[in-house]
Amino acid sequence: MLKNFFRYFISSLFFLVAYSFSANAELKVGFVYVGPTGDHGWTYQHHLGRNAVEAAGIKTTYVESVPEGADAERVIRQLAQSGHGLIFTTSFGYMDPTNKVAKDFPNVKFEHATGYKREHSNVSTYGARFYQGRTLLGHIAGNMTKTNTIGYIASFPIPEVIRGINSMTLAAQKVNPNIKTKIVWVFTWYDPGKEAEAAQALIDQGADIIMQHTDSTAAVQVAEKAGVWSFGQASDMQKFAPKSVLTSIIDDWAPYYVERSKAVQNGTWKQQDTWHGLKEGMVAMGDYNPAMGADLVKEVEQLQKDLASGKVHSFTGPIYDQKDNVLVTVGNVADDGMLLGMGVYVKGVEGDIPQ
Amino acid sequence: MKLFKIVKRDEASKLIFFLTPILAIILTLIFGALIFYFLGFKPLEALKFFFIVPINNVYGFSELLLKATPLCLIAIGLSFCFKSNNWNIGAEGQLTFGGIVSGGVALLFYGQEGFYILPIVVLAGAVGGMLYALIPAVLKTYFNTNEILVSLMLVYVSKLLLDYLVVGPWSNPEGFNFPETRQFSESARMPILFEGLRIHAGIFIALAAVIISWVVFYKTYLGFQMKVSGFSLKTAKYAGYKGKTMILLVFMISGACAGLAGVGEITGPIGQLHRMISPDYGFTAIIVAFLGRLNPIGIIFASLVVALTYLGAETAQIFLQIPKYTGQVFQGMILFFLLASDYLLFFKIKFLGMKKNELRH
Repeated sequence: MLKNFFRYFISSLFFLVAYSFSANAELKVGFVYVGPTGDHGWTYQHHLGRNAVEAAGIKTTYVESVPEGADAERVIRQLAQSGHGLIFTTSFGYMDPTNKVAKDFPNVKFEHATGYKREHSNVSTYGARFYQGRTLLGHIAGNMTKTNTIGYIASFPIPEVIRGINSMTLAAQKVNPNIKTKIVWVFTWYDPGKEAEAAQALIDQGADIIMQHTDSTAAVQVAEKAGVWSFGQASDMQKFAPKSVLTSIIDDWAPYYVERSKAVQNGTWKQQDTWHGLKEGMVAMGDYNPAMGADLVKEVEQLQKDLASGKVHSFTGPIYDQKDNVLVTVGNVADDGMLLGMGVYVKGVEGDIPQ
Repeated sequence: MKLFKIVKRDEASKLIFFLTPILAIILTLIFGALIFYFLGFKPLEALKFFFIVPINNVYGFSELLLKATPLCLIAIGLSFCFKSNNWNIGAEGQLTFGGIVSGGVALLFYGQEGFYILPIVVLAGAVGGMLYALIPAVLKTYFNTNEILVSLMLVYVSKLLLDYLVVGPWSNPEGFNFPETRQFSESARMPILFEGLRIHAGIFIALAAVIISWVVFYKTYLGFQMKVSGFSLKTAKYAGYKGKTMILLVFMISGACAGLAGVGEITGPIGQLHRMISPDYGFTAIIVAFLGRLNPIGIIFASLVVALTYLGAETAQIFLQIPKYTGQVFQGMILFFLLASDYLLFFKIKFLGMKKNELRH
């Protein structure tokens, strides 16, 4: 009896709130960030995307440093309750909370970054084909290395990260078949101390190129000091290590955020699973360091165009795994399904994936 | 010319003892308002969104209780240690390890239903936390190590162990290697008290801990022993108390409470193991324990106040775009003002009348 009362009471509250603002024409867009807005890295790039939405004349709200535990659901729910018509949840750990809240707010649209669950028709997912950027890094690294050893600081053994390692290694091998990729797993997205230690360890093992799938600037700064090459991640990191950084993979969420916000405004928003890359500009490259030489810069710029147009695919066969099994046959390319579930290293990567 | 003089009290004032937490909160509000003012916000409006708006509806209030539950439970456990001069700083580790053990048991029952599952899961978490707290206790009693260092360092050990488990052997086989386990079965989840809210049966565990601790502190020989040891270890020894047993016992109680808090989180709102099962509840609970004066009733209020600073920070950012870290500033200020006003416990301010001859100066 009491239980039923509460059930109806609460759900009627939800609907009351949901309907009262759906009648309200002005759209507000909410953003949930996993880190502080800062001045570089993952969250900073989402924040730039938010700024673009704001610049397009749409009101926005954000909540930063929301832990991916029990707190996420409350924050997302509060945004939904307080009249936000579209909510971007910008980290993988918000996947279940996003879907849970979406169920209670059918009139609010939800966009979850990097996830794979779309349990309700008002939940979309989106991600970027960062592996295309890794192909460019691999091409540069293969040309620039003297020791034929590339050091790679990896965060978690999820398909996204493994795909980046493989994509980079394949591209580097194309220009330099003797390439070896050494990996250090740090099991964190952001820990300057650990990332710096990992970078130093890789340099000590002979790597003269350092790249990372983590968020801080520690690795490029260590590389600058040690006099080896490095690449920026998520944001343009040239200013943190001007000599060492050859280029950066830049996440550019702005066009997508503006487009989706306008779609809600116009009533044309539909559920979708977006995976954009160089073509759409969700993956962008920083300036190329002149130290690469004019010829290599030209080569890379051409490759960037070809990847964007689809003339070149990052995963073109033949591709072998570490045990010489064929992953992709000659002349074929890996389909998105294979890319999304990628769980093995290609040949040339050293070590095992932590299980 | 002196207007007042600071005089040492003959005896710590009991009234002041319980008034200082309130004084600390009032000072925090005043200085919080000043901070808001200098940040360019309307102070009263900001305070309203910080402290009133988050709990002015059923959902908000239930979230406050949900957030306060682990803080209260851990702080109650910690007060056993702190009262008896044992500085257990590692409740976060005991919470994590309790979570690991109970989560492991819950995963063993994956896909099974039955009334017996939840009690086993809960018990496993309590035992896990208890055993983990025994490590610094045993090292302290038998090897004379410093429990602050050992318990603190074990926090990182437990977090790394959790990382390893959710990335490796316990990760969800259908989860694309993302660092998380499967969702626990319904029978391994804390019963939700009201449909549509997240507040769960864990709150009864916290309330039970409050009652039991009150009885132990004020009505039992153990409580008396703890009190004496807290005042003076030498006196305790002279009185012939077996210090070692007591140290082991208070650490075990403290660890069990932290472990249970971990159970509440993973079987309540989270429903699985992943890397972020606690936003440092174990450390924040230290503030709660002292703000509550190591008194069970005080701890209830303290946990609500501190929980509110978390909720308030979120609400203030959503509605006014005040940086979320002001929540931590508030927690810091409360503790700072509490410690500062403790000065009044032992000293009093004596106002001096102006004497005629002093006026000439």
